[in-house]
Amino acid sequence: MGSFLRNRKFREIVFQAFVLSAVAALLVAMVMSTRASLEAQSLTTGFGFLERSTGWDFSFSVLPYSISDTYKKTMLIGILNTLLLGFLGIFLATLVGILVGLVRTSKNTLFAMLGTVYVETFRNVPLILQALFWYSVVAHLPKPRAAISLADTVFLSGRGVYFPVLNIAIWSVAIMLILFIAWLFFLPWLRNKMNYSASFYAIKKVGWVLLPIIFIAIGYFARIPETPLVDMPALKGLNFRGGMRMPPELSALVIAIALYGGAYIGEVVRAGLMSVPKGQIEAGFVNGLKSRHIFTRIRLPLAIRAVLPSLTNQYVQLMKATTIGLVVGFSDFFMIISTSINQSGQTLELLAILMGGFLLINLSVAFVMNSINNKIAIKGYEVKS
Amino acid sequence: MSATSIQAPPPKGFFTRLRESLFSTPVDCVVTLLCAIFFATIIYKIVDWAFLSSIWTAEDEPLCRDASGACWSVIDARHRIIFFGLFPFEEHWRSTLACIVMIATIVLSCVPWFWSAIKLSALWVLGFGVFYILMHGGVFGLSVITPERWGGLALTIFIFAAVSIFGMPLSILLALGRRSELPVIAKLFGLFIDFFRSLPLLTILFTAAIITPFILPGWLQGDKLYRVIAGFAIFFACYQAENIRAGLQAIPSGQDEAGLTLGLNYWQRITRIQLPQAFRNSLPAIVNQFVITFKETSIVTIVGFFEILASGAAAYGTGKWTVHYIEVYVFIGVIYFLFVFSLSRYGAYLEKKLRVGHG
Repeated sequence: MGSFLRNRKFREIVFQAFVLSAVAALLVAMVMSTRASLEAQSLTTGFGFLERSTGWDFSFSVLPYSISDTYKKTMLIGILNTLLLGFLGIFLATLVGILVGLVRTSKNTLFAMLGTVYVETFRNVPLILQALFWYSVVAHLPKPRAAISLADTVFLSGRGVYFPVLNIAIWSVAIMLILFIAWLFFLPWLRNKMNYSASFYAIKKVGWVLLPIIFIAIGYFARIPETPLVDMPALKGLNFRGGMRMPPELSALVIAIALYGGAYIGEVVRAGLMSVPKGQIEAGFVNGLKSRHIFTRIRLPLAIRAVLPSLTNQYVQLMKATTIGLVVGFSDFFMIISTSINQSGQTLELLAILMGGFLLINLSVAFVMNSINNKIAIKGYEVKS
Repeated sequence: MSATSIQAPPPKGFFTRLRESLFSTPVDCVVTLLCAIFFATIIYKIVDWAFLSSIWTAEDEPLCRDASGACWSVIDARHRIIFFGLFPFEEHWRSTLACIVMIATIVLSCVPWFWSAIKLSALWVLGFGVFYILMHGGVFGLSVITPERWGGLALTIFIFAAVSIFGMPLSILLALGRRSELPVIAKLFGLFIDFFRSLPLLTILFTAAIITPFILPGWLQGDKLYRVIAGFAIFFACYQAENIRAGLQAIPSGQDEAGLTLGLNYWQRITRIQLPQAFRNSLPAIVNQFVITFKETSIVTIVGFFEILASGAAAYGTGKWTVHYIEVYVFIGVIYFLFVFSLSRYGAYLEKKLRVGHG
């Protein structure tokens, strides 16, 4: 027995077993304590409430909904709203970021300073303050009657931004999206299959021409009958009818995330552009490439490869940052969950859904970005383990 | 080749460099000119709005309607709400003094002379203690002011300081735990860190504020403010732990082995060899985490605290001030900017200095 205690391996195993059981005991105690306090409020645990209808309203939804919808559907709407906000914000932030990164790496110091001032201004003020600021600005736009009109098609008003939409069924948009993504995945596969032959490039060209024609055809067949093809917003009485409305909450958040994220992504892009070895660019010059080709064929591809991991990081951060939507009353996933907790009292279950949902969203973003990274990484550069 | 061709080129004069960076090609000249015009316009507009055409005192508020510039009357009239929140009016000097003490603590900890574990801990415990006594009172004849009535800038600084002071030791513990040689310990700490890092801060604060009362037994709950700070500190520690771990991993293994051969035990090697080098390696990242944390304190406004953002909203929220929201947001934005920008500049300065030190 005594020799056992002196055995280092044995002591380590006992210690680890002790820690593990302590953690398990802590978790069990927490669950029991929660159960007890929930029972004290006569709440039943379980996921049965997901089938109940909610009975409350919220500000924005990408899908049609009513207050008699189930909790399950409301959660789904929340996730879709978060995804919409996230994708719009990240897409615009990437555009802003590329622009800022280019400006900041300019040889003209005064021009580069423009980028520096931008980055330092937007990065050093909290996102939530920026969101509140833009919300105040957007919500103080004129009333619909006096809306700012852009060529009589897009209207900016305090009630939201109104813009025209096509009167086509939602399923056809989904089909187009799937087709487009399938095409994007099909191209590299075909390229490897056909070994970069001339006929591959012919097929590629034909495909790019054919795709829009197919889209137009699908759109034509999916027209909602007895409506004009383009649904224009028009002032009727005190408000706009027709078209699509982007509520001020969403606009403010998208602007805030695009500008704030753009500052961060700009720094990432700059780091990437600076990381391209000078010799690569000089080699391009020596080979007689035009400077725009040096940029599109050498600098940009190498820069993208270098920054994809940090870009992934930024995207995940921005996705998590969408939770501040609550502060301006945008019904994102987090807001839906917190309202549900208030209304139904199913605290633990909803918390689990919230954490699971964010885990899923973040893991998907990371998965997509990592797959792209693996696809485009320069083979043979990394050390194989 | 002649010997002259390998001589260094003569140093370029100021005007040569200026010409090369601003006017090297015709396109460059146009861009420079446009930028100069743009900067001049923006600067003029900002100066005009903020200083030249602005209204400064609360009494002049009626003039704001016709003024083209900012209406700082709202700040003049309501700055006490922004800075102090619901803190009792007669005791505002305490809140001011507390903020000055804490800012001094932050500034002092940027001075290299204080960079040892003992000095830094002493400085922060002292600074935080003085801050807490000034804010809370109850001793030296100061009246007691409970945390529910704290607000404004003081609350923001309190949350930042508390998260730092509790999060930092925790982050070291987490980083060491994750690098433990015992597989179960390393996995557990890794799981803990990754779990918290995968969640948005807001969900953690929300859980801490609203949901922990269900999970924890009554005697463990404490005030809502302290629960939120605990949640925030754990979140901060998980991120900071990864920074420290990166610093630890950058240390050549020979360093630790040298310690082993000299007969140093685990804690001696950690505190004398590993941690000092780890901090040196990842100091810029660590400072950057503090910068991010200061900005993120603004999120506590969502779980119902009256920190500077919420008190700003309250400042323009009533009566005739509602139209002056831009002035209030700009004012608060500038306060945040001053803190965050100076901290991040300091981080950039450190990065440069340490890189030079490495040769």
